[in-house]
Amino acid sequence: MLCVVRNAVGELTAKLGFSEPDCRAVVRAVDEALTNIIRHAYLGEQEQPIEASFHRIDAPKDGQSGDALEIVLEDNGVTANPEKMCGRALEDVRPGGLGLHFIRECMDTVEFSRNNGRNQLRLVKFLHVQAPKKGA
Amino acid sequence: MQIAARHLDKTTIFDISGDIDLATSPQLRKALLRELRELKMPRVVLNLGAVRYIDSSGVASLVEGLKASRDVGSRLILFGLNKTVREVLQLSKLVRIFEIYENEAQSVAP
Repeated sequence: MLCVVRNAVGELTAKLGFSEPDCRAVVRAVDEALTNIIRHAYLGEQEQPIEASFHRIDAPKDGQSGDALEIVLEDNGVTANPEKMCGRALEDVRPGGLGLHFIRECMDTVEFSRNNGRNQLRLVKFLHVQAPKKGA
Repeated sequence: MQIAARHLDKTTIFDISGDIDLATSPQLRKALLRELRELKMPRVVLNLGAVRYIDSSGVASLVEGLKASRDVGSRLILFGLNKTVREVLQLSKLVRIFEIYENEAQSVAP
């Protein structure tokens, strides 16, 4: 199923006008996030539900207004431990631990929260950053 | 993902196509470790030209293969990296760790 989601996210980001590298970055971030949910929240169970919502939003960025894609992924798996969500030093060449690093490198905002017994991951990627309107 | 193996003297060449992700990376890992640890091939070459996507679990499999190759004193070589694969290796800061060539002729050169 991950390849289906990757294709859908790729099409969505292209239609929204993201550059090709940014399309690949968003696809990679969503794929890695889903992989982490399956592996860590659902302990490898691939048939568990994950809710994904996509919104085009205006969000503040560096004192300006930014046109952005917001992606929210929610699952009912075990509580993620934020202390373990810090990635690892890349100088340590070994398998594993790269997924979170990829997500952080690919997205502008990465926020994790736990609400009503569910894990929620919010990802934001800016599309265009506009200067603030005069007098605003 | 599809993996096809070819043998050339003391070299195994894996032609890999499709997506290397959570579902398929164990297959890549198994093929690499068999060739390196069990068969002790002096050189294993991965043709990644037809790989559409590789995720962190795929990179982890490559790193495991690299470690195995170092353990047994053989070479693990990659070639045919497209933008997607190259980006992922750059993100992981692994581009300089792997032996990477542009094409098969360079990869199998004595």
